[in-house]
Amino acid sequence: MENSLNIHIHFGGGAELLFDKIKKHVVELPAARKYFPDTDIEKWRIKELLQWIKDNLLKERPELFLQGDSVRPGILVLINDADWELFGELEYELQNNDEITFISTLHGG
Amino acid sequence: MPVPCKAGCGKNAMLKRPKTGDTLCKECFFEAFETEIHFTIIKAELFNRGDSVAIAASGGKDSTVLAHVLKTLNQRYDYGLNLMLLSIDEGITGYRDDSLETVKQNRDDYEMNLKILSYKDLYGWTMDEIVAQIGRKNNCTFCGVFRRQALDRGAAMLNVKCIATGHNADDIAETGSEGTIPRVKPLKYTYEKEIVMYAHYKKLVYFSTECVFAPNAYRGHARALLKDLEKIRPTCIMDIIYSGETMAVKEEVSLPTQRICTRCKFVSSQEVCKACVLLEGLNKGLPKLGIGKSSKAKKMLEEYNANQNNMKTVISNINDDCKKNNCVSRGKVCRSNRNTTNYVEKEKNEDKCCSSTQEKTKDSVATSSSKINTLLQDYGISENGCVDDKITLNGESSENHNFEVDLHNEDTSLIEENDACVGACGKMDSLQIGF
Repeated sequence: MENSLNIHIHFGGGAELLFDKIKKHVVELPAARKYFPDTDIEKWRIKELLQWIKDNLLKERPELFLQGDSVRPGILVLINDADWELFGELEYELQNNDEITFISTLHGG
Repeated sequence: MPVPCKAGCGKNAMLKRPKTGDTLCKECFFEAFETEIHFTIIKAELFNRGDSVAIAASGGKDSTVLAHVLKTLNQRYDYGLNLMLLSIDEGITGYRDDSLETVKQNRDDYEMNLKILSYKDLYGWTMDEIVAQIGRKNNCTFCGVFRRQALDRGAAMLNVKCIATGHNADDIAETGSEGTIPRVKPLKYTYEKEIVMYAHYKKLVYFSTECVFAPNAYRGHARALLKDLEKIRPTCIMDIIYSGETMAVKEEVSLPTQRICTRCKFVSSQEVCKACVLLEGLNKGLPKLGIGKSSKAKKMLEEYNANQNNMKTVISNINDDCKKNNCVSRGKVCRSNRNTTNYVEKEKNEDKCCSSTQEKTKDSVATSSSKINTLLQDYGISENGCVDDKITLNGESSENHNFEVDLHNEDTSLIEENDACVGACGKMDSLQIGF
């Protein structure tokens, strides 16, 4: 498969409740050009990954996970276990075998 | 492109701190995180050497991190604290029962004693039962008021100096509440993001299911607003806490003073504490009693008492009629004393809102109107109706041969019945709060 990517997606801190309570997903993303045929998008960034998650994984109440074109404030995003704020957030370009983690901070403590 | 750790340790940064904007590696973050909490503790002198401290543990991220950090700091800086865990079981199936398992894990991991207090034991009601009464609208009021007091009671039982709660900076910016027994909040300057990152990197196990009775309602709007603000300007959390802490109160403003609740004798800011008011509402079948303005509550109580008095009048009228032997039942002349008895008994049972089995027993047991009169007087005059009822009925059943065979079972079932009944018939003395 040309330009397809294997990505590990993890959900935690309660975010998994929106995804059938499944914490770990291994997904194969098709070539970005194929997935977004009517756009000039050529690469998978976090921004596109969120769209893909919304289309393919998100089971309920999308407003609790997404806000605008980003995650809802209060959901932490880790790229290979490091804060996405260090890597350009939505603009980070996904690499094969990347591990992307979403942790909700929004549940009671 | 990797970002280096700002502490200069040579490693790559793993996160950006919301409070300072510093980029740090895991190890340097742990140190910064723990040291800041240590400074919060030292600077505000939250603890004294030798203190016993109860950590309010819910199994959630904040209290789990708090327990871990306090144990770490207590050893590292030799605070000399005796730490223990205190949990409240609200009785919420599918939520607290699971989270308590996490707390038990904390107990084993951190080798601390754990005390669990339940709403059922303290107040006679679980949250499941309260929600069945009040619905899902104001249930959090009950839960919040009861929990605050339950923590105080637990602290008194454990004989601790103070309760450490896991409230973090985000929580305090959202609300800012206080209790009666000293509360300390070592995480009060700690950002939620860092707590979650700390738990994640340390692989601490915590419970993160939302309460089944408050889905998404967890201080929803304030929380969402704050998170949006934090995204734009992370220091806003600290700014809000700062403004709260430096808020001045004019001298002429009277602040609530600590006193003793006249009912449960526990610390309160009112003559009767909020928990007792809420409980009275539950027990009298007026669950909305403690919700909203006190003037409204007063009106509700007056109406309730008026209804009770009406009921007494009706019953005594029927009794008078019965004595004259020309009673009226369902619009027709009553044919026998027996029927009258049943009628009166039913009236009474409605008044007492007890269950049908007890009704049946009484129908059969009560055979003469003089005995009923005694019973009625007990009901009418005494607030301890259920107890008196039990004694009288027991006395009668021993006279009655029909019931001798089943006497033992009868008594047991009656006692059980009465236990079940006190929850709904307005007896304040049913609160088995022993301290």
